[in-house]
Amino acid sequence: MTSPLQQKIKVTGPSIVTANRTWDGIVIYRTAARDWSAELSEAAIVRNADEARALLAESVADDVGAVGAYIAPVQVGDDGKVAPGNLREQIRRSGVTIGLPVQV
Amino acid sequence: MYAYDEIDRTLVNERVSEFRDQVKRRLSGELTEDEFKMLRLQNGVYLQLHAYMFRVAIPYGTLSSEQLRRFAHIARKYDRGYGHFTTRQNIQFNWIKLSDLPDALADLAEVGIHAMQTSGNNMRNVTSDQWAGVAPGEIEDPRIWSELIRQHTTLHPEFSFLPRKFKIAITASDHDRAAIKIHDIGLRLIKNEKGETGFEVLVGGGLGRTPFIGKTIKHFVHGRDILSYIEAILRVYNQYGRRDNIYKARIKILVHELGIEKFSREVEEEWQHIRNSSLQIDDEVIEDIRSRFTYPAYEKLPHMPDELRQAAADPAFEAWRKNSVAPHKVQGYSIVTISLKPVGGPPGDATAEQMDALADLAEKYSFGEIRVGHEQNLALPHVAKRDLPALWRALDKLGLATPNVNLITDIIACPGLDYCSLANARSIPIAQELTRRFANHELANLIGRLHINISGCINACGHHHVGHIGILGVEKNGEEVYQITIGGRADESAALGNLIGPGVKFEEVADVVEDVVEAYLALRERPEELFIDTVKRLGVEPFKERVYATR
Repeated sequence: MTSPLQQKIKVTGPSIVTANRTWDGIVIYRTAARDWSAELSEAAIVRNADEARALLAESVADDVGAVGAYIAPVQVGDDGKVAPGNLREQIRRSGVTIGLPVQV
Repeated sequence: MYAYDEIDRTLVNERVSEFRDQVKRRLSGELTEDEFKMLRLQNGVYLQLHAYMFRVAIPYGTLSSEQLRRFAHIARKYDRGYGHFTTRQNIQFNWIKLSDLPDALADLAEVGIHAMQTSGNNMRNVTSDQWAGVAPGEIEDPRIWSELIRQHTTLHPEFSFLPRKFKIAITASDHDRAAIKIHDIGLRLIKNEKGETGFEVLVGGGLGRTPFIGKTIKHFVHGRDILSYIEAILRVYNQYGRRDNIYKARIKILVHELGIEKFSREVEEEWQHIRNSSLQIDDEVIEDIRSRFTYPAYEKLPHMPDELRQAAADPAFEAWRKNSVAPHKVQGYSIVTISLKPVGGPPGDATAEQMDALADLAEKYSFGEIRVGHEQNLALPHVAKRDLPALWRALDKLGLATPNVNLITDIIACPGLDYCSLANARSIPIAQELTRRFANHELANLIGRLHINISGCINACGHHHVGHIGILGVEKNGEEVYQITIGGRADESAALGNLIGPGVKFEEVADVVEDVVEAYLALRERPEELFIDTVKRLGVEPFKERVYATR
């Protein structure tokens, strides 16, 4: 399997590193404190390929805590608020766009 | 129903213990994700957008009430209270925790259910006709042979690391409900002139990025030789299949590149080496498997009981009966298809409450047996006709009596971008909108049989290539765009659909489908001419003109 670090990294705007937590699979984001958080607002923001590569490298190194780390685009508002940069990441953050058969 | 023997039970239980240990080692860091990934995939565990997804096999689509109740238990205890029935006679749970999976597997093993080979580059769940054993005119029950192949290929070391996944489907009826022509190997059970059981063998079917309809590689393989013949195909595939390029790794590509004649010669040569080996099946082996399938003690019942005659006066019952009830091989009984396609609901989903209640109804009305079809519906295979009105009333209370089986709202859809890490676009909201657009039952009946299949990416889990109307979601410049095809079908006359024109936006899909349907209603020669036949007669152009005239 190709390591994410061996893949070409293209960063065209503010980005974060996201993954799934190993024991339960929930969506998590890499923080500036070299930890993981379930809150996108706590994600470390990178703005170029070198920063992204470095953040991804330390994220991938945590093989026990997280699975499948990758770089994803975000939008940063004038107020500093971070929002997902595409529909996929929007769904990962906010959940399915449909009503679930059973509400929990 | 098939009764497991001691070997089956031991295999399933040992697998649970192995996986418990593997999960423990993964969570402790002893196994890396690279090391663990193949192990979890071999137990049906994927990582999706929001969580792990757990895919469980329902061999040849046959379930007992006890097993369905156990699915309800899994949904309730480890997931979010529902499960999703797939297009290959599996059920998926979308929100399960890795740490809970060993317990979930152990709970399933108690009722003879497992998740082996529901993922990974191996032989997947062998599927069959959901009406197997009860369909009128069927040559014989194809599940006997499905079970033989399941036993032979489960954990078979030679077939555990194939170039890519491998799927087999079997039918024994003239009308193919198992979609055998879009499988890696499709088997059509037939009799030769001596009355001996055998198979027409098709190979190289499949959907995905490069779709192909399967080709007949041999017109008759005797039943006693079917394992050796399948093994010969797999050996040729194992030897020549492309391992260097995942997009060219399926057997369909090999068959296409070699040509069916050359591929057939390679298989024939290999087959001659192994044909008269221990792979030859003794009659006793088949009879032993046959003896493990139990069939109900049917009563002698009238063809038209009073209960059914009286209920026919109720238009709501009749609307349901007309689409959901099919003839049974035994007089006085019916096969009842249960639509998992409510208006506005996700196709193929069932709640834990529905599964529990359906298990009860199966015990009361169908000898405790439930079937799962590739169209993402369930079926009760042995319902006495006198019980149909009572069953309908009970299903209606559960939200399981939508009278749309085989109609335009009986949509096949993959989970799409709402759940799937491979998807580029959403499928379920498209299906939901279409069920609302065509919710009027009179309109749906006027349209008649029409299958819409939706996939959220080119991998085609929603079988869009073979939908009468196929919808494929792709991503273009950050937007969801949908390509529409028409003229596909997955039955004995299987064909791939043709694109009608440029892709359309998410918001436009339902409008386009409405335009296609309106064109059909205007173009059909008579009300009995099905959509698929009108498309075959006229081609794509008249539909294309209608859709794109104003776009």
